[in-house]
Amino acid sequence: MDAIILQILNGLDKGSAYALIALGLTLIFGTLGVVNFAHGALFMIGAFCAVTFSKFLTLSHTVIDENKTDFLGNPAKIEVPYIYDLFGQATGDAIIDWAVPLSLIVSIPVMVGIGFIMERGLIKHFYKRPHADQILVTFGLAIVLQEVIKYYYGANPIPTPAPDAFRGSFDFGAMMGFDPNTIIYPYWRLVYFAFAAVIIGAVFAFLQFTTFGMVVRAGMADRETVGLLGINIDKRFTIMFGIAAAVAGLAGVMYAPINSPNYHMGMDFLVLSFVVVVVGGMGSLPGAVLAGFLLGILESFASMAVVLELIPGINQVIIYLVAIIILLTRPRGLMGRKGVMEE
Amino acid sequence: MSFSKLTRRGLMKTGAAASAGLTLPTYLRADGHSGFTNAPTGSTVTLGFNVPQSGPYADEGADELRAYELAVEHLNGGGDGGLMNTFSSKALQGNGILGKKVEYVTGDTQTKSDAARASAKSMIEKDGAVMITGGSSSGVAVAVQALCQEAGVIFMAGLTHSNDTTGKDKRANGFRHFFNSYMSGAALAPVLANAYGTDRKAYHLTADYNWGYTTEEAVRSSTEAMGWETVNAVKTPLTQTDFSAYIAPVLQSGADTLVLNHYGGNMVNSLTNAVQFGLRDKQVNGKDFQIVVPLYSRLMAKGAGANVKGIFGSTNWHWSLTDEGSKAFVKSFGTKYGFPPSQAAHTCYVQALLYADAVERAGSFNPCAVVEALEDFEFDGMGNGPTLYRGADHQCFKDVLVVKGKENPESEFDLLEIVEVTPVEQVTYDPDHPQMAGGSLGTCNPGA
Repeated sequence: MDAIILQILNGLDKGSAYALIALGLTLIFGTLGVVNFAHGALFMIGAFCAVTFSKFLTLSHTVIDENKTDFLGNPAKIEVPYIYDLFGQATGDAIIDWAVPLSLIVSIPVMVGIGFIMERGLIKHFYKRPHADQILVTFGLAIVLQEVIKYYYGANPIPTPAPDAFRGSFDFGAMMGFDPNTIIYPYWRLVYFAFAAVIIGAVFAFLQFTTFGMVVRAGMADRETVGLLGINIDKRFTIMFGIAAAVAGLAGVMYAPINSPNYHMGMDFLVLSFVVVVVGGMGSLPGAVLAGFLLGILESFASMAVVLELIPGINQVIIYLVAIIILLTRPRGLMGRKGVMEE
Repeated sequence: MSFSKLTRRGLMKTGAAASAGLTLPTYLRADGHSGFTNAPTGSTVTLGFNVPQSGPYADEGADELRAYELAVEHLNGGGDGGLMNTFSSKALQGNGILGKKVEYVTGDTQTKSDAARASAKSMIEKDGAVMITGGSSSGVAVAVQALCQEAGVIFMAGLTHSNDTTGKDKRANGFRHFFNSYMSGAALAPVLANAYGTDRKAYHLTADYNWGYTTEEAVRSSTEAMGWETVNAVKTPLTQTDFSAYIAPVLQSGADTLVLNHYGGNMVNSLTNAVQFGLRDKQVNGKDFQIVVPLYSRLMAKGAGANVKGIFGSTNWHWSLTDEGSKAFVKSFGTKYGFPPSQAAHTCYVQALLYADAVERAGSFNPCAVVEALEDFEFDGMGNGPTLYRGADHQCFKDVLVVKGKENPESEFDLLEIVEVTPVEQVTYDPDHPQMAGGSLGTCNPGA
């Protein structure tokens, strides 16, 4: 029982990342009809917003320490962050410690801006082109973006820790009457799950309870009719692209402490997120979220030692296996709408 | 038309002369100077540096390339000479190799076997490389080594740690300076037993490919011989990025030690995840929970940040060594590039010099002459103490470093501290050791 609870917990945070990326993918597909293979790159850029902000906070000037030597035996050059000069060491350290949460503030405008540039500069030219063209151009863009990141940040992962207050893990086992240490879960992953829930809730509320959202939903259902009513739906869809980019970016920012960011992390999530979208149903926002969590949890269960003993290698194929079964038995996905991607 | 008479005495004389010729070392025979793949004919010789320039190990590949460029500079008489000043063999004079200026071409392995073979093939066939060296993965090393054997050129392996490179997949034309999984296990086990006791329950997470298997086998057998029990060993996909599903059950298994048979991005992520789960703050079986990383790389450890603190592992070489060879290399590399070299850079630099030295001593670029010169060659002054290039499997035998993540690093390079220099005798094994079983060197192939 404790092992099952543990894997459900594990699946929740992985599912949170899948759901957030898939949500953005579905938003873009539902509004603009574009299959955006560069969406994983937006997740990666979000994580690098956290890296960049951390580096910005630790921008330093050099002080020569005659009492220490460097690896060549020369007097050591000590890097002193400017933030120490501004706020003192204690406050400076506290700000640096909270770099990841603070970078959320910076990353929202940055990601919206990147999304806007991406949509206006490139993707809008492919609205009326076949999906194959869209996939090729966005996939190419994803590779360009990751190579740009690799050029500036290198290929190695860059540690971007969570604040000290969130280090360590919570003992659910002790709380639920199991033996201590049987169900432990890192605090930051709990934060990630809560964060994802808030973002998903906010996007749904935005679409459901605002006039802007109502127009967008109407445009998703029948773009032509909304256009005939004199509403500039393209402008709204561009804004939705920016919002989708911000959602992916924020998911990346908060993911940075879970796995040290590297230039390839977007690709690692992209394929799985597409499977999530297909399983959830192309164009269905609730479907994307549901499938995200469902597949995250299934993947966790498939990684259990006892399951691997029974079916070796199942951890590597479970998501694709489920996708095949869903597509065979329910081609529209779990919550897909009739007519979407079926013509 | 006349025929010379072939007498019995004449036949015996001719036969004796031919036999004498054949018993000479290959490199003293006339054919030692021609009739092999890419025999250099002009005033230059081309070496092929096959390193990951893209993909996840690109930073390690970049460091390897820096080391090779430094080696070429030193071989051609530039710079401060680096390890040529401390190398026990004095065959290298700083005038290239056999008087030919050293030039080089590079290839991108992408850390993919097929891409690495393609780039090596291109360097051999199009660029005329007489030797291929480099790489940052055992899969790549095994694949390129086999290609070089077929093509008739020497392969001086870069960073490859799997037993198989000089075990079941060894080849006569291939040589490895880097240590291997067996050596890591043999060096680590006594240190772990000393630090954590002999009554430990270990849980292994193992990267699901060749290197992971040999490392798990080596560490398991060494630690079990010390009294440890292995409670579980789980294979993890090479493409895995989030290891939480694999780490969460560790405490439930009753294990008090987690061994991460992971390298590169896998190691960074699995170690980060394990520390996030607070494993190192737990007590199991009345003992503090511990994590072990059998193969450390400083470049990779940097990605894991503070998570490496206090965690044991092994490494082939570290810039903080204080022997004359290491100091010379760190000075040379650090002055040129502004930071200390990695273990990958060190092994690649040394391999380049060892090849050049073997050619000088052999007096020929013929691969078979080089093989003879390298086999059972004993040397010193290259940063690892007295070293033997064993003829039986083309594996270097030298001291192994057991290291630990440093608690209070003084710089961004100061991540690991040397805990023990394990003497070579402790990590030496028979060529037919079960962990190296299967395969044979075969005979050297000079190619064309």
